[in-house]
Amino acid sequence: MEPTNTGHPDYFHKVVDCQWACPAHTDVPEYIRLIAQGRFTDAYMVNRHSNVFPGILGRVCDRPCEPACRRGRIEDKPVAICRLKRVAADHRDDVVSLLPKTPKRKNGKRIACIGAGCASLTVANDLLPLGYEITMFEQWGQAGGLMRTNIPSFRLPAEVLDEEIALIVDRGVDLRLGARIDSMQNLLDEGYDAVFVGTGAPKGKELDLPGRRAGAANIHIGIDWLESIAFGHIESIGRRVLIIGVGNTAMDCCRSALRLGATDVKVMARKPRQYFKASEWELEDAEEERVAIVINHSPKRFVIENGKLTGMAFDVLEYDLDAGGRITGERVLREEFVAADDVILAIGQENAFPWIESGLGIEFDKWHVPTVDLKTFQSTRPGVFFGGDSAFGPKNIIWAVEHGHQAAISIHNHCQGKSVADRLAPGVNLHSRKMGMHEWSYANDYNPAERRLMPHVSLKERFKKIDIEVELGFTVEQVAAEVQRCLNCDVQTVFSAKLCIECDACIDICPVDCLTMTPNGTEAELRGRLKAPAANLTQALYVSEPLKFTQRVMVKDEDLCVHCGLCAERCPTAAWDMQKSTILWPQAVDEAEADHKALARTA
Amino acid sequence: MTFMAKPKVRHPSLPKNSLGLTRRDYEGSMSTLCAGCGHDSITAAIIESCWGLALEPQNVVKLSGIGCSSKTTAYFVGGGHGFNSVHGRMPSIAMGANAANRDLTYIGVSGDGDTLSIGLGQFCHAIRRNLNMLYIIENNGVYGLTKGQFSASADVGTQAKKGEVNRQPPIDPVLLAMTLGAPFVARSFSGDKEQLVPLIQAGMRHRGFAIIDVLSPCVTFNDHEGSTKSYAYTREHYDAAVNADFIPFAREITADYSAGESLPVVLHDGSRIVLKKIAPGYDPTDRIAAMAQIQAGMQKQEFLTGMLYLGRGDREFHDLNDMPQRALNSIPYEQLTPGSRAMDKILARFR
Repeated sequence: MEPTNTGHPDYFHKVVDCQWACPAHTDVPEYIRLIAQGRFTDAYMVNRHSNVFPGILGRVCDRPCEPACRRGRIEDKPVAICRLKRVAADHRDDVVSLLPKTPKRKNGKRIACIGAGCASLTVANDLLPLGYEITMFEQWGQAGGLMRTNIPSFRLPAEVLDEEIALIVDRGVDLRLGARIDSMQNLLDEGYDAVFVGTGAPKGKELDLPGRRAGAANIHIGIDWLESIAFGHIESIGRRVLIIGVGNTAMDCCRSALRLGATDVKVMARKPRQYFKASEWELEDAEEERVAIVINHSPKRFVIENGKLTGMAFDVLEYDLDAGGRITGERVLREEFVAADDVILAIGQENAFPWIESGLGIEFDKWHVPTVDLKTFQSTRPGVFFGGDSAFGPKNIIWAVEHGHQAAISIHNHCQGKSVADRLAPGVNLHSRKMGMHEWSYANDYNPAERRLMPHVSLKERFKKIDIEVELGFTVEQVAAEVQRCLNCDVQTVFSAKLCIECDACIDICPVDCLTMTPNGTEAELRGRLKAPAANLTQALYVSEPLKFTQRVMVKDEDLCVHCGLCAERCPTAAWDMQKSTILWPQAVDEAEADHKALARTA
Repeated sequence: MTFMAKPKVRHPSLPKNSLGLTRRDYEGSMSTLCAGCGHDSITAAIIESCWGLALEPQNVVKLSGIGCSSKTTAYFVGGGHGFNSVHGRMPSIAMGANAANRDLTYIGVSGDGDTLSIGLGQFCHAIRRNLNMLYIIENNGVYGLTKGQFSASADVGTQAKKGEVNRQPPIDPVLLAMTLGAPFVARSFSGDKEQLVPLIQAGMRHRGFAIIDVLSPCVTFNDHEGSTKSYAYTREHYDAAVNADFIPFAREITADYSAGESLPVVLHDGSRIVLKKIAPGYDPTDRIAAMAQIQAGMQKQEFLTGMLYLGRGDREFHDLNDMPQRALNSIPYEQLTPGSRAMDKILARFR
């Protein structure tokens, strides 16, 4: 293998599994260390730099970081990254004075953001400090978008939402509430320098089965129903409720139903559990509340008697699975009737743009999804950008935030007359963590503690009101234990082949056998003959330059390194060093700074 | 050294031996030697060897004298029996323990000072008695604990850290052991576990006195230019003469050893050492010729390494002394100690 190019910004970034998995590339280990030091405000600001809404995401993020967490490969359970984020948000001081200031003198460019959800808010957050004038249009009377309408308040309290939205809006957004945009043409005629569409995926999918129309009074579209609860339009539901679908919206629906008076709630799934779309922890939370999850039931028809819904008929299915767990065949065993007073459909949602006229140069594909560039988020009409669920269909908040960051860069470039595709590349900085003899400026000792369990409000208490937040947040003791589970994957093992005397000290001391000195070979062949076979192909091998005495190479399998630093501690020549990698993931402000520098050079 | 202990966390797919133990289960306490010390690598090789042979930790005896090397017995097989003796007196303790219980596996770890200076006499007599043990010399050419004075294995012309040149000729433990008739003599290097681990395994399984002289650079006092025991010098001047593959009794021979340069030797327990000759004309079963070749190499500043001599059919200490087949500690007291009346009878024969 060729020596690993650790100068490439992606190499060490990938080693920090959580940060690489996070769409917004939040510097997770850094903020966990700050929490460990009790520096909650600083931890919050590290978060906010990347993900803008730490308080919200600390409660409801889909946490792509946690399945990626290295700890989950060493033990069973990853670090509770998401809930530690909430700790930073809950215990922070006022951060208003720490946020970038909005300049009094504007740069003369006006931007329209449609929708006041997480994507639009992120665009505003990034562009306000650069002097842009942001006008944000929201159809409802409150900002927040799907974060407000689709996430129940027992998971995300309204105060948390209000506070983090205010941190952006109060810095000078011209927020127009109750201002639904019905015509893109009209908006474009107003002469904005750029338009950002962040309207989400507000259309719930329909289930067109016999009886749908006759039973309409008791059949609800999940996201519309949740929206009505959020705005206080619905306050009750029948005793027996069926939820069709088993995604995260279904989980929010079934738990909301319990709080509106239902006592018998069943989530009806077509397939076995391993095919569920809902996150494992959301399923657990629903099951804790005694929601029944029924598998292998395929909806057949709504059963209506005397003009009223009495339940639903299902085909009970049986599946053939192959060795890999894939479905190879299915059979109907029988039909089954399940009684219900109300049925809620939670089988997906899509974006919808009835208000964008044809002939504007904004193209859609055959599924009515806009044609949007994956990197620049620009539509086929220059100056019109899409982000969040409206761009590529439903994902989750953290994706929408990153779309917002990227779209903000594009909007800046577009307004400054630069090519939107011409963007700053990511970078990486490395700094040694060596303090002195046997001292590293991070807690390098491996802590065998198990993942802390989030305490919940008792089952008796939590149903009394719709907005009692179920999760109580970690206690001080839990925080103290959980932060030490983080392996500090951003404190990288950096190797310098010319210093190595091939004494084997690092190899002997490595607790997880990730180091080997061996003759070089091809990657496939090397992976098989390391001290412990490197079976995880998603994790890189770090290969050194040839060593000076034997021409062998030092190979590190990044997969299970616990970043304990013992290789560096044991190295007599400091060929190994522990260096913190800081990933530089450019935002609009960095583009603006680069512009200034370029200008200063030419002047 | 470090104050940071190796954490217990381990690679989840670490292989297990027939006892269900991983390599990590054969570790001992935290090493307090200098970072980069060759001795730590030898410790790792011993751990690997014990794991590979699936030794039950409670059946392992670790013996040592005084010195950096002698500290290392604390760093492997934490579940074994350990004895840290007076300087240079490890062979006596090994002798006594072995006499009392012949069923255990004895590993002695000593240094060039402990073996070749203060303990030279003890070393020689352990060989004469053909004590059934593995004797490892961690050889770095200096007294590390007392800050780097030349030891008895320092080569003529080698320089100390501050520049003094050694003028006294070295004692070579390999040649000495061969002269005294040791049946298993090997030399290796701490930085070459591929060679060292099979030698340690073979030495533990071999019946009789097995000695491995392991060149083990002292990273603090003897790893500079001008030293003949530095990592760099050793890497340049060590030459494998004969490598050994150790094949435990139960395992089938899978590699192809039919080539004329391989020689399988069956040990008393049925396991085999397959000798793979590397240096042309070197015969590890011909003691006289081997000694000549080793000496010739040394004159050219070349250290021949590997399985340098393997004798056959030697009788170990218990055979030489008509000892019972059972361990003495398993023989009932009455049988072991016939009592004062029997003693009187024996004494009467000399009156």
